[in-house]
Amino acid sequence: MSTDKAGTSQPDMDRDGASAEDAGHEGTGRAAGGETPSLPPPGTAIIEVTDIGKSYGQVIALSDVTTTVRTGEVTCVLGDNGAGKSTFIKILSGAHEHSQGTFVVDGVSRHMSSPRAALALGIATVYQDLAVVPLMPVWRNFFLGSETTKGFGPLKRLDVDFMRRTAKSALADMGIDLRDVDQPIGTLSGGERQCVAIARAVYFGARVLILDEPTAALGVRQSGVVLKYIARARDRGLGVVFITHNPHHAYPVADRFMLLRRGRSMGDFPKAEMPLDELVKMMAGGAELDALTDELDRSLPDSEADNDKETPAEVQER
Amino acid sequence: MSTATATADEVDERLAPTSRVTKVLRRPEVGSAIAALLVFMFFTLYTEQFLSQSGVGTWLNSSSRIGIVAVAVALLMIGGEFDLSTGTMVGTSGLLVGVMTTHFGLNIFVAVVLALVAALTIGALNGVIVMKTGLPSFIVTLGTFFVLQGVNVALTKAIIGQVAIQGMNLVPSFDVIQPVFGGSFSLFGTTMDLSVLWFLAITATATWVLLRTRPGNWIFAVGGAQQSSRQVGVPLLATKVGLFMTTAGAGWLVGMITLFKSSTVNGATGVGDEFIFIICAVVGGCLLTGGFGSAIGAALGALIYGMTQQGIVYATWDSDWLKAFLGVMLLGAVLVNNWVRKRAEAAR
Repeated sequence: MSTDKAGTSQPDMDRDGASAEDAGHEGTGRAAGGETPSLPPPGTAIIEVTDIGKSYGQVIALSDVTTTVRTGEVTCVLGDNGAGKSTFIKILSGAHEHSQGTFVVDGVSRHMSSPRAALALGIATVYQDLAVVPLMPVWRNFFLGSETTKGFGPLKRLDVDFMRRTAKSALADMGIDLRDVDQPIGTLSGGERQCVAIARAVYFGARVLILDEPTAALGVRQSGVVLKYIARARDRGLGVVFITHNPHHAYPVADRFMLLRRGRSMGDFPKAEMPLDELVKMMAGGAELDALTDELDRSLPDSEADNDKETPAEVQER
Repeated sequence: MSTATATADEVDERLAPTSRVTKVLRRPEVGSAIAALLVFMFFTLYTEQFLSQSGVGTWLNSSSRIGIVAVAVALLMIGGEFDLSTGTMVGTSGLLVGVMTTHFGLNIFVAVVLALVAALTIGALNGVIVMKTGLPSFIVTLGTFFVLQGVNVALTKAIIGQVAIQGMNLVPSFDVIQPVFGGSFSLFGTTMDLSVLWFLAITATATWVLLRTRPGNWIFAVGGAQQSSRQVGVPLLATKVGLFMTTAGAGWLVGMITLFKSSTVNGATGVGDEFIFIICAVVGGCLLTGGFGSAIGAALGALIYGMTQQGIVYATWDSDWLKAFLGVMLLGAVLVNNWVRKRAEAAR
């Protein structure tokens, strides 16, 4: 019962079939104490993907991607725009089914057809827009879609005190110290909102947390705050998949890197084998970056940028 | 909303203790409460009949008929949608019962229930069209509004040969059902319609649902951020369709109240009221963009409307001033609401 409530998108069955179990606090048995239950020891592989790929008709969006997500580890998926990061997330989060390779969760090969199926396995995705309602208080946002109720029949009502208290303590467990859970979530900074979304997924039983570019829209200091909470989630034993195009954000928290370029994996490396400058170079495309540097050097003095119209497009694509 | 008493360990020293006054001032219905008080005081001082026993009864009656639908419209607006077909729905349900009983001789209880089913169906249709096509509800319900307005008159004429229902009180069992919708009661010597009690009950229920139940949470969520609420598992379609059905159901109730109070409805009953409902909801603090508002506020908005309508009569002014006054109230309310929302959404 604990895992199917997981994360950022709530299974239908929970709201429809809520009548019987709503007598007590739905949430009390679970993460309220601060521990996410049934997590295997750190280092256990939860998700193993092997040569996974996805094609849409003739278009091969992703191919030959292999990596592992382990409890208590952060797997960083790096790639520039159009590298196939979104496709990879969609496969992991159950939004799209993979068309090649194997996708193993807890040792069982799966074909996940919906985000609900992924959630049922404890795989929660925090999307870039965070799925929060700006005008609603923090605690209402925290429990939105999975509200705790008390009472029966027409008197069935929100357990406001419990939710307020729990939101506060669940956030505190993640090291997020909010002044007031009654303030509209829109008044929080971008980083704080990201952290609330992460804490929410953790509280609702996520074992694997997929974070889609959590630092993309944030400033330097805010990004640092979010990275801290990613580390915190990792320390609590969650497997984290951190998607980003910024190697400088990825490097401090990641345990392994999986690089994507043009829909292909450039390899899956433990941190020990991959120094930062190498990572930056690989991301930018190594030799291509050198060529680009030369090209820009040449074109600038002559102001002949017009002659090389395809260059910026080419760069962007990578 | 913030009634919970914080225990000692929850009090955060970084929070300057918010005074009760500040907390109250942040509520969406504050503006309408102050306005209602001002209107009440003005007419009490300016006219003699306003606070008399018959006077209070009169403006409460007219407030209640507007308020029942206004509260439902407020819920819908908090959910991020409009309904322009509510006014004609009052006429449609009244006419349905009238025609089915007086012309076709249908059992009155069956007719009342059938009218409710018809109203809810039209409401659900509004909702489903809006959600499935993604068109603005303003346009969809404007369409429903005109369809109903035309059908109300044309179909009634075609069937009974005139535009008003007659002989309603001769229908068998009329007296049995009449007290439920068209009855009256006395309080402190003031006689008022039973619709006042309906109004109070509906306002109380709506407030409870909004602030203390899961559907209420969902209403705020779908109005505030539709896509996000879908992502966290809020039943988007059910919530929105339910809201459209609620406004249609409220229209039905007022249709029944009108029919059983005056024993007649006609093709024009309710036309034009849809804007009054929306004005009441906005004056009561509902944002046009959704996600914020209150049922009590809309009820107060209806009270302002009822008091002004009767007050102007007692003051022997030209009753057309009412519309001008409503317009000013609406603009003032929108400006205040806009300011409130900017404050609420502002990032630190």
